[in-house]
Amino acid sequence: MAVDTLSGLDALELAERQSEPSRLLRIWGTIWPKLAALAIALAFWQLAFVLELRPSYTLPSPAEAFTELAERAQRGELWKGIAITARRAAMGYGFSLILGVGLGLAVARVRVLRVAIGSMITALQTMPSIAWFPLAILLFGLTEQAIFFVVVLGAAPSIANGVIAGIDYVPPLFLRAGRNLGARGLKLYWYIIAPAALPSFVSGLKQGWAFSWRSLMAGELIIVGLGKTSLGGQLTLARELIDPPGVIAMMIVILLFGLVVDYFFSKADRLIRNRWGLIEQ
Amino acid sequence: MTLTAPPQSVIANAVTLSGVTKVYGRGSNAVLALDGLTLDVRHGEFVCLVGASGCGKSTLLNLIAGLDRATGGDIQLSQDRAPTLMFQDPALFPWLSVASNVELPLKLRGVPKEERKKRVAELLEVVHLSEFAKRQPHELSGGMRQRVALARTLGQDSPVLLMDEPFGALDAMTRDLLHDELERIWTQRQLTVLFVTHNVREAARLADRIVLLSSRPGRIIYETPVEIPRPRRIDSTEVASLAAEVTDRLRQEVGRHGR
Repeated sequence: MAVDTLSGLDALELAERQSEPSRLLRIWGTIWPKLAALAIALAFWQLAFVLELRPSYTLPSPAEAFTELAERAQRGELWKGIAITARRAAMGYGFSLILGVGLGLAVARVRVLRVAIGSMITALQTMPSIAWFPLAILLFGLTEQAIFFVVVLGAAPSIANGVIAGIDYVPPLFLRAGRNLGARGLKLYWYIIAPAALPSFVSGLKQGWAFSWRSLMAGELIIVGLGKTSLGGQLTLARELIDPPGVIAMMIVILLFGLVVDYFFSKADRLIRNRWGLIEQ
Repeated sequence: MTLTAPPQSVIANAVTLSGVTKVYGRGSNAVLALDGLTLDVRHGEFVCLVGASGCGKSTLLNLIAGLDRATGGDIQLSQDRAPTLMFQDPALFPWLSVASNVELPLKLRGVPKEERKKRVAELLEVVHLSEFAKRQPHELSGGMRQRVALARTLGQDSPVLLMDEPFGALDAMTRDLLHDELERIWTQRQLTVLFVTHNVREAARLADRIVLLSSRPGRIIYETPVEIPRPRRIDSTEVASLAAEVTDRLRQEVGRHGR
């Protein structure tokens, strides 16, 4: 009898939600407002072009810009540019990741380190990364290393902060429960602290990416001696040649590149929050 | 060196506390949380510790569970295996499914995978949650989460179960049902239970013996065996009249602090 009551109570408390709209409908529901906003933006751009708010040799029409983009894609220089920039982004970010995680773990674990450099890590984040370039160029010349130097200085502190905040804010209850279940030392880190810190770590990763992407673009624009095939290099070159469709075409590529990467970070973030039960669908 | 048999009391008792004292802080900030607590809990006994706020109930359980150290006195356990602790909050890990939560202590103890699977299925069966194995904790109700926590705790195979107001946050109906469940599991598995609560009726419903603690510092001020035959109901007159008696004692103790 008691078991029946118990399972009856379970069923009542978990009363299924109303049936959800189909997946396709849901996706459409999130896409059409974005498409509408994009159409409006393009319309304003076209309007500015038609009214000649700026001379037409400085402000191209949307059609001109997209034609230019298509041509660059066909000629292959676009893909080369993306490849170069993506490689730099991956290397710079990868290095920041290793350094940031190492630094974050060290600061979170060692008291002296925290007192010594804990607040400095946050201070570093407030420094606009472009302000590092003069020093970086003096130190490394007009080289890729100078770019990496700035990228890492921009991204590593964010990643480290994500790690530190994640470890600091593990609910004490989880630690107590974990110890009680027999997780001590490294096992406590592996089974309890690391997964509990994951949401904060991922948002640190995401912020670190935003910083490193900005620094990389700044670097490619400033250090043009490195060749003109990278995305930033092509953008600068287009300006120098007074090629407005080229400038806007490259800007669109850079924007899309950032959006795509950001999408994956957001996806990971959502996945974790969903699993953790932090979002109500 | 010759081996001597442990004294009789150690064998007969699952938990032996002698003069346990706990002080938090130092100097003028020092707070005496527990003051010379002496208590024997027999094997298979269900003891309820009842007290108002500040009686150091949670402190005491932490000490017995080995999560904290006593300032003075001695805590003896009859077996090597540390007692397991259950809190008011189920403290399930949100990144693990129900089954994985129950599996974690087994994993931490190095139980092989095949056996783990079997044990998890069996433990979920004990708390009647088999069909929810794949859910995430946030998808369950409070009472169900607490049952998962109970299954996880049982998975540690400790003969002594320490419970810190485990049903304090649940509604009355769920609580009543969980009392039945706990009583059944306690009998089947011949566990020793040390159950902290501020709900006197709950204590009268469950306990073989009720121990009343004073507040600031925690001391034992009253003890009574509960001789009401099982199965009991929380709304029976016997439970109610015993609860009334203990409540009077508790009120006297709380009133002392107002003066």
